[in-house]
Amino acid sequence: MDVAESLSQLALFADLTPAQVEAVVHSFDEEVFTEGQRVLRQGLSGGNVYVIIDGEASVRADGRELRTLSRGDVFGELAALTDQPPSADVVATTILRCFVIPGPQLEEFLLERPRVLLRLLRMEARRLQTSAGEWRQ
Amino acid sequence: MAAVEPRGGDRPFPPGRYDVVVVGSGPGGLQTSYALRRLGVRHAFLSRDDAPAGMFRRLPIFQRLITWTKPAAPVERTSREYEWYDHNSLLSDEPELKALVPDFMDRSFDLPSREDMEAGLVAFAERARLQVRYGCSWEATRLEGERVVLETSDGEYDAAAVVFAIGVTEPWRASVPGLEDAAHYVETTHAERYADRRVFIVGKRNSGFEVAQGLLPWARETILASPRPVQTGALALSALRVRYLHPYDEYARGGPGTYVIDATIERIERDGEGFRVHTHGTTWDGSLTFDVDDVIAATGFRTPLRDLPQLGLVTVSDGRIPALTPWWESVSLPRIYFAGNASGGAKGIGKRGAGASSTSVNGFRYNARVLAQHIAETHFGRARERAPVARDDVIPYLLRELSGGPELLVQKGYLCRVLTAAHGGFVDDGIEPVAHFLDAGGPDGVAATIEVDGSGGIVPTVYVRGRSGVDEHELPPHPLRRYDTEPYERELQSRLRGLLGSG
Repeated sequence: MDVAESLSQLALFADLTPAQVEAVVHSFDEEVFTEGQRVLRQGLSGGNVYVIIDGEASVRADGRELRTLSRGDVFGELAALTDQPPSADVVATTILRCFVIPGPQLEEFLLERPRVLLRLLRMEARRLQTSAGEWRQ
Repeated sequence: MAAVEPRGGDRPFPPGRYDVVVVGSGPGGLQTSYALRRLGVRHAFLSRDDAPAGMFRRLPIFQRLITWTKPAAPVERTSREYEWYDHNSLLSDEPELKALVPDFMDRSFDLPSREDMEAGLVAFAERARLQVRYGCSWEATRLEGERVVLETSDGEYDAAAVVFAIGVTEPWRASVPGLEDAAHYVETTHAERYADRRVFIVGKRNSGFEVAQGLLPWARETILASPRPVQTGALALSALRVRYLHPYDEYARGGPGTYVIDATIERIERDGEGFRVHTHGTTWDGSLTFDVDDVIAATGFRTPLRDLPQLGLVTVSDGRIPALTPWWESVSLPRIYFAGNASGGAKGIGKRGAGASSTSVNGFRYNARVLAQHIAETHFGRARERAPVARDDVIPYLLRELSGGPELLVQKGYLCRVLTAAHGGFVDDGIEPVAHFLDAGGPDGVAATIEVDGSGGIVPTVYVRGRSGVDEHELPPHPLRRYDTEPYERELQSRLRGLLGSG
């Protein structure tokens, strides 16, 4: 499966036409991390935004595992949008294949693709709901 | 042109068991073999070609590189600082092997011609007396426990680690229906062949613009197309702008004859003697069909990986490039390393999306030297020499490195100079990948690197590693990029107070 095919199957890009997905694929790179490799670094600036195409990762802060990530999940977007260093590490727990949007380009990327922006917003809302549920418990 | 070692008779490196095997005699292989030899690592050096620098006997088609070498510079050619002015020569510790490419240039341009580059690499191989087993073709691979076995045209080679410096040289065509009938960039040869013809070029990166520029004096009409818009902001800061952007200039001025189109190529059909190309806009609504005499696939190259993917080698970019760790080892096949252009399969920390220069000689020559050191240490237990650095010298040394250390200036954000606390003082750990310093832990220490901000500005950066983790310190910019001055000393003094107090 090529990158365009992989991306078009992810919820985040589901509203894009094949030509739009092709343009996205040609504009950014994919990157593969080995098991145990740190992808996002807590407290260090300049992180990018990662969309998991394949594999799993762990979100860790101050030595605690907060949650796991898998295909279709996005990470690094909050740090990129707020221009703040990430508040947690993300570490590959398997071979991890990601599509990478450079942090400084996220805003323009989303503004040019409002349907992707809406999808991302929904993902964030669901994440917030889950966190709120855990907090109540 | 003479090969370094004659074929037949006394060819070096007969099949057998070696510590390391290096495959490929382009610049990446030459630099790796040279560095391994300096470190005393016993290795076989194999090449399917008959002489070094095989790729530079064929490419680039239009005969000139896009990376600079400045024969005149404010520093001596034999100095380390000169490497910044000469992005094409290989690295050496011996003065007589340094900066060989400028010797061959006629100074009509600060970008060497293809012949200049080839001559510089051949001279390096000859003068360094690098032994290469030419005419030996790697054909298949086996993984046997902790060993890697290469089956070659001359027999089997068994090693603890293999470094593939095989380039990204195999023509690659995007999966566009009908593109298989088009000529690839490597087949364009003589521009006059396109005299008075209408040419459609698939691809808007280096090779696409190179061909388009080369055809401007010949072709009747030229169309470049690919889904991604031309990144004019990025191009303004890239080596590509020096040449090749004339076609874009013509298009941007609004006249007919040269077009640079953002479109997916839906299919290409044969139409009599020519082609009909169906496209669909990516940054504009609608479709366009082009009737042309020729189609050229300038969609790039792939690494000739042979059977490695079947053995589990993970790749990126639609199978074209091996996915690598920060030490240029396959993420999935231990003991399989890559040097040369394919070392770009390791992206490094990529802060703000910035990449290193690993896909050109100026960057991967440093990768090769660091890789050789890593192999010597991790596979053969040969610890590197770590020169002591007096506590009072730490700050001036880091600032000098930030101002003129060529590894830092070229491999921005990928390589760093590392000093660590030892024996009540500090030692120079040399050059390492930034990702290793940040992620692998280790003694208290400091790493200096040059990074770029979101708009391409140069940011000297220092990372300080202590018991509680790594702190990042971005130093203010300087218009002349001179950081070895008193204000920077004071700035760094305050940032390193904790480390220098504890060293």
